Parts: sequence; structure tokens; C-alpha cells
Amino acid sequence: MTTTSQATSSDPTTYTVVCRLDQVEREGGVVALVGGAAVAVFRTYDDEVFALDNYDPFSRASVLARGIVGTRGDISFVASPMHKQAFDLRTGHCLDDAAVRVPAYDVQVTGDGQVLVGGVRSNS
Amino acid sequence: MTPTPDHKRLTLVVVGHGMVGHRFVQAAIERGLTETYDVIVVGEECRPAYDRVALTSFFEVGAEELSLLPGGAYDDPRVRLVTGTEVTGLDTETRTVLLADGEVLGFDELVLATGAAPFVPPIPGKDLPGCFVYRTIEDLEAIREAAAGATVGAVVGGGLLGLEAANALAQLGLETHVVEMAPRLMAVQVDDAGGAMLTRHIEKLGLTVHTGAATEAVLGESHVTGLALRDREPILAEVVVFSAGIRPRDGLARDAGLDLAERGGVLVDEQCRSSDPHVWAIGECAAPAGRTYGLVAPGYTMAEVVVDALLGGPGAFTGADMSTKLKLLGVDVASFGDAHGTTEGALELVFADAVAGHYKKLVVKENPDGDGTILLGGILVGDASAYGVLRPMVAADGTSGIELPPNPEDLILPASRGAVEIGLPDEAVVCSCNTVTKGEILARVSTDGAGDAEPCTDATCVTRCSGAGSTCGSCKPTVKKIVEDHFASVGKVVDRSLCEHFGLTRQEIFDVVAVHGYTRFDDVMEGHGTGRGCDICKPVVASVLASQLGGHVLSPAHRPLQDTNDAYLANIQKNGTYSVVPRIPGGEITPAKLIVIGEVARDFNLYTKITGGQRIDLFGARMEELPLIWRRLVDAGFESGHAYGKSLRTVKSCVGSTWCRYGVQDSTSLAIMLEERYRGLRSPHKLKGGVSGCARECAEARSKDFGVIATEKGWNLYVAGNGGAAPVHARLLAGDLDTQTLVSYLDRFLMYYIRTADRLQRTALWVDSLDGGLDRVRQVVVEDSLGLGSELEAAMDAHVDGYFDEWAATLEDPDKLARFVSFVNAPGTPDPHITFREERDQIAPADADGPVVLGATIAVGAPLGAVAGTR
Repeated sequence: MTTTSQATSSDPTTYTVVCRLDQVEREGGVVALVGGAAVAVFRTYDDEVFALDNYDPFSRASVLARGIVGTRGDISFVASPMHKQAFDLRTGHCLDDAAVRVPAYDVQVTGDGQVLVGGVRSNS
Repeated sequence: MTPTPDHKRLTLVVVGHGMVGHRFVQAAIERGLTETYDVIVVGEECRPAYDRVALTSFFEVGAEELSLLPGGAYDDPRVRLVTGTEVTGLDTETRTVLLADGEVLGFDELVLATGAAPFVPPIPGKDLPGCFVYRTIEDLEAIREAAAGATVGAVVGGGLLGLEAANALAQLGLETHVVEMAPRLMAVQVDDAGGAMLTRHIEKLGLTVHTGAATEAVLGESHVTGLALRDREPILAEVVVFSAGIRPRDGLARDAGLDLAERGGVLVDEQCRSSDPHVWAIGECAAPAGRTYGLVAPGYTMAEVVVDALLGGPGAFTGADMSTKLKLLGVDVASFGDAHGTTEGALELVFADAVAGHYKKLVVKENPDGDGTILLGGILVGDASAYGVLRPMVAADGTSGIELPPNPEDLILPASRGAVEIGLPDEAVVCSCNTVTKGEILARVSTDGAGDAEPCTDATCVTRCSGAGSTCGSCKPTVKKIVEDHFASVGKVVDRSLCEHFGLTRQEIFDVVAVHGYTRFDDVMEGHGTGRGCDICKPVVASVLASQLGGHVLSPAHRPLQDTNDAYLANIQKNGTYSVVPRIPGGEITPAKLIVIGEVARDFNLYTKITGGQRIDLFGARMEELPLIWRRLVDAGFESGHAYGKSLRTVKSCVGSTWCRYGVQDSTSLAIMLEERYRGLRSPHKLKGGVSGCARECAEARSKDFGVIATEKGWNLYVAGNGGAAPVHARLLAGDLDTQTLVSYLDRFLMYYIRTADRLQRTALWVDSLDGGLDRVRQVVVEDSLGLGSELEAAMDAHVDGYFDEWAATLEDPDKLARFVSFVNAPGTPDPHITFREERDQIAPADADGPVVLGATIAVGAPLGAVAGTR
């Protein structure tokens, strides 16, 4: 699969409003449809918001938003609901297998509590 | 012995199917002797071999549980078992034996395992009705029958077996007397002071002990009325049990002209071969070097020796460790090595505490170099906890031994942790039942000693892999200590912490939640954890909170803690869809409800399959369809089956006495009652139950965490079985229970498990991990030794009272339902990753090969951004 367009976080036109922050529970996730892709949006205990591709490359199913959110050391992560591999919420790196990572998306929360998802973070 | 040149199969006849005969056949099968020999085993008793050592527990557990061959036949087709048949003749010339039914069996080799018979002193009245011996299940059945109409019983003989018999009479509710001719009880094993301590213990239990008392006659005309004692008042009793020793059953050998030992028993050499080279003798009927052995362990050794000899091996029987540790009438008694100090130069170290009822004696000797002491033997009464450490320190030959510490009295003084701080040498036998040395235990836990296998990480694993502690269990604390010391010595802390966030075990988390009354994960984390938790500790805390508090697993504070399946109250499948299992208690369902399930499956195009737990699984539901499916099911009267939870799954049943012509109890009704009682109960792992209406066991109850099997008188309760990768049969916890007692024991068992088991530890492993194993469970659940019974039952009552159907409750709550959508910003769009193909007229998941993009044609949100990157 190839990248169809290159987004950067400085380009506001690529952001999509997906939901209100209060629709994402603390230490939980939701799936948003962003430009045709399934994006998992997570909210941590201290209200940071992250977005990863929802597709779990291990189980080959679109499920990551349904995983348990927690911490490993200082890193916030989501555990795949299928086989529990941990993914770093900031980068999409798999913490159990350095060769694997899922795309991470830019994400913003506006002052009035809207969650916006941008493009794939180019350097992630 | 090698096969004959013409490869003709040979015949081996075993006379006697007791514990030793059975062990011989087992060893013959395991070691390949049946490749050469057809084996015919002839047993006189009507049933196959059973555990005679545990005979007293017959009243509690019944004959079935004592059986050593529950199936009634050996797995090897070359072994034929004939029961209920006496062997009446032996002809060594023609190499034949004659059976009572007239059949003549030819043999190439003959093994005598005829055991021993109780010795009944030749006194007047010994054959009166009301006189019994204590040897077989039939004897116990007869005693039980006689006891029903009696109030007082007397046992003639105060040895090990006599006290077992006295225990049985006391259990049957008789006022019980023990009459022993010697000046003390258990004269062989203990000394006068130890015997006196034992007498005090036993009299405290309400039994009357008469030592130094000679029985002159059994009184009575047509039935026993009492015992006449020399120079003493007679004892009035309606039941008399003779247990005054045993005599080897050597009649066949005697009549055949084989050599016997002076004091009876078939005289055999070190290979257990009699004076005829094709006749062997093992167990209590055999007399190696002229001496007979009345314990089972030497008999087992002899059985192995003969199998070895027949295979051409070098095995030899050169005497046995006669050490004993047992619990008699609740009193610990142990005797080992040279307990009576008969070795030249033996010295005694004695500790006695009459108040606590402890008597401990060590027999020691200066070592030949004169710079220390070695242990020769000892006696422990009242507290035998040091046995596991002391016995391996005694050398088998009784002359050498392991160097004792400078203050050997520390070994038997109370309080000092059993004084285990002694370096046992590697060759010390720690488990004498299975002959496992300390060195072998260490090899199991060290990385270089375990060979190809993964090294064990704890004592439970060592017991499993090496057998150490798996038979009588008396060495388990020592095994554990050796394992822990080993890990400590290599600097490895045995870390039982749940995960990086909690330095606690699951049991400890359960306790802190109970003690502090926590209701939320955040409180537990704040008080006892670090970080924000993970996929290990969150579901554990969620389960513990659910077990203690009830409530809805999807309530806002608990929802993010739930594992994959609990989080959506359904079972996730490989393509991200879910399966749905409505509860069908006991597997009983009306046609109308069956039709509803069919209609729901048809309307939502779900794949349907019958489960192993007698219900129906509906596969392929998209997450957003779950509430719609459950709306239909709940409206038709179904409720959650909790197939997704670490909780009770099903209680499987047969149709029982309602329909089945063999059934003796209504198993279906009981199964439904139990399933409805324990439904929704969150536990460390899934729980399964089963109820069978008769001993045919069609519900396969013994493969479950709890299994109930009907008897004529009530229910037998089995616990801690499972199927799966390492199948385990459930073991009998208690027998012939009425329904109310059954339920209270089950309540206690399940709650005790929920409180103390480790994360994802099923009941079988949990029981194995307890010090004392199943006996421990029996103490807590049946005997209520911790006094926890009513508390555990109350906890279960609280669960039952607080139960509600969590799917029905979810359907009533818009906040909970809000999560069941495909996309938060496009709830009407189904997840395109999920596609199906067709197989045998139903759906099946189509293989996924990467993330799916819906494409720009579907108008959702703002302009198309980046999609998934290169993978």
C-alpha cells in the first residue's frame, strides 16, 4: 500500500473533525473514518489524545481502538485486543517487536473540545 | 529376559490384585515387559486393586474413589484381569495354577502378590457374629452395617492398623475402646514416652485406650457382647475388630513345596525369586532374606525389582526404609531410621511439651572421626513438621549419616521455622515415595540441568516434573524450601508480582481491595501501584472488583479495565467480528426458544455451531449489530451466557432420572439450579461445571472445575478438573451429599478459589499450588478448619442476590450502547475490513490481506488525507 498524499501537521486543511473529546472515554478509544481509512483515536488518563491506524498488523484485523490503554514505563500504549502486542501511542511503534509499527496520525483537540485528526505523521 | 528364539509369546501369571500386584502390572506395561509376555492377573476380591492404605476414608469417599484402576481394565490389551476368583493350586512341575472355577492357567513365570491376612488371636468367641477384621472394603461395609445398631465398639490391637480401625469406629459414631497387649500404642514405631503422648491425644478425642491389656475371650452367646481382659474388668461392646497384626498369605507356596521363611512368607532372594526359578513373590507375602514387610512402599520396590529381573536388569531388593509419617485420628506421628536407638553408641535428644502435646526424639551418634554427630533416627508425635527435613538426613544403612549442625536440638525445638537451615547433600532422598533426591530437584530448576526441557520456575512445577511430593505430600515443604533456596542462591527473586504496576499477587490485590473497601481501579492504583496499569493488571482488578462488588462490568469506572471480550460482552473472532452465546442453563431449551435462536441467526446471517457446553454459538456479528441481536434475544427470554467472561460458562448435564432408565437423580434440575446460582460470577479463569445422573457419567462432569455425580444416596462432588491442553480429572471432595450440603460446599470451594487463586490459574493448578493440595481444600471447605465457611457462603449469597443480566442492563443504557458503533463519525458505515465467504452454506471470515480503504467516493469528513503508510 502506498501513501496517496503527503500530509504535514502544519497544513490545517488536512484535519478532519471526528468527534467531541467527551465521546472518547479516558483510557479508551474510538474508531473514526478519516479519508476512507479507519483511524483509532485514544485518550489517556491525563487527557492527551493520540491517533493510530486501527489495523493490527499481527492479527490482520481492524481492532486496535478496542484495546486496553495503559503505560509501560513512561510510554502510553495500547494493547491489541487480539494478542496483546503493545503499540506506542505517540509513534505507533510496537513495543514487543521493533520491526513492526503502525502509522500514527496527527491529532489536535480544539478549545471547544473537538477532536481533529490530520495526516499520517511523516516522521513517525 | 529376552524373547525365546522362535518369538513365541510367553505367559506371566500374577496371583493377587492388591496394591502391589497392580503396581507390578503397571510397571510391566510401562517398561515393555508386555512386549514379550501376555499377562494374566487373578484377583480374589470382587473389585480391581484399590488403595488399602487409605481404607479408612472409604466411609467418606466410597469405593470408587479408592480404586487404583477406575476403568476396571488396563490400557494394554495384552493384560487380562480376572477378579473375584481365587487361585487354589500351584504346580511348579507343570507350571500351572488352578483357579477356583476349575480353569487351569499355564505360565512361564509366576508372580505371587497374595498379600497378607489379618491375624486373629485364637481366643474363645473369636468367630461370633459382631467380630470383624479390617482389611478389605467388604470388611468395612460389614462393620458399617453392624455399627448402625450398636453403641460401643472395641478394637483388639493398638498398632498402626488398630488405630486406623479405631478411627473408623469412632467415625461411625461408636464409643470406641482400643485394647493393646504391649505397654504402649504403636509399639513398633514409637517409644514409651511417645506412646504415652499419643494415648493422651487419642483419649482427648473421646476414645478409651487400654494398654498392657491381654484379651482372653470374646464374650457373648449368639452375638458379641464384650471382651474379657486378663486381670481387668471386661469391656462391654457389640462390635469387635481384630487388628492385631498380619500374617503373610503363603499357603499356595507352602502347598507347592516352596521354601518359606521361619516366621512365614515366601522366602525369596534379592531379586524376589523363590526357591523355584520361575516363581517370584512380592509384597507382604514375600520374605526377602527371611523378613516380611507390612508397608506398601517396600512392596512397590519389590514389584519394580521383579519387572527389572524379568527384563534382565540388575535390580535388587536389599531392605527398605521403614520410616513412617501419618496422621492418626488427627495426630501427627512419624518414626524414622533407628527410632529405638539400637545402634551401638546411640544417644537420644528429647524434647517434650505435654501442654502442646508434642514429643520429639532424635537418635544421634558421634561420627567416627569424633568431631560431630550424625542422625540415626527419631520419633515425632503431635508435631511432625520436621520429618521432611530429618528423614533425608538419615543414611539408609543406619551407620553413616549427614553431619548435624552444632546444636542438633534446634532441629526439634519449636518455632524455629522447622530448623530447615541445613545443607542436605545432593544425594539425600527428599521424596521417599518416588525416590527423588535433592540433586534431582536442583537439576529441575537450574538452567543447565534440565536438559532440553525448560527449567521449572517454582516448586509446583518441580512436583509435576519430578514426582517429588506427588504421592503422600509430606516432603512438599522441603521441596519448596530447596527450590526457594536455590533461586535465592543464584540471586533470582521469585517474583510473583502481577506486572510492572503492582508488586502484589492477585490474591494480595483481592485482599487489599477487601480490606480497604476499594471500588475503583484508580483507588487501588493510588494506594498500591505505579503508572497507569496495563492489559494484565486492569482485567485482574476489574475481575476482583466484580467478584466483591457485583455491579455492571461496563459501568464508566470499570469499562476501560475490561479485557477484549468483556469490553463488548461478546467473544471477538479473528476478523474483528464477535460471537454471541445466549445462556441455555443445563443445556435444556424449549423448541420455541430454539426457533428464536434460529431466526436471529438467519436474520443477521450468522454462522451457527453447537458448543461443547451444550449451547449454541452465533458467529460473525459486527460490533454494531450486537445490541440489535441481543434486543431480539432478551425479548425472547434469553440472557447473557458469559461466554466472553472469566466466569461461569455452563453446567453441562445429562437428562438424568427424569428420562434415562439408568439415572438415579435428577441431574438436569440440579445443573440448571447450579448454573443459575453461579452465572455471572467473575473468577480468576473460566469456570465449567457438570452434573451426571448416574455413575455412567454421560455429562463428563469429571472434566470440569466442579463435577457432580449422582449416587443412590445423594451426590458425589468432584473438583478441579479440566479439559484442554493438559486434561485433569476432577477429584472427589466429598461423597453422598444432600443437595443443600452440596451447594454450601460448592459455594465455599468457588469463593475460596476466587479469593486465593492466581491470575488465569484454573482450579486444577490452583489446588496443586496449595500447600496440602486437595487435602487443604477439604480442610477449608468440608471441615471448615479456617472458620471461613459461613463467610464464603455469605459472599456467594451476596453474588446470587446481586445478579442481573448484563446484556439486558446494557440495552437499557444509552451511554453503554453508544460504544457499539463501527465509526464514531460514521455510525451507519459498516467496517469494510470485515468480509465473508461462504462455506457449507454458512458464512466464514474472508482472509484479510491488509488495511482496507473505503476511498474518496464515500463522503465522510474533510478532504482525503493520508491513508495507511507502507507496511
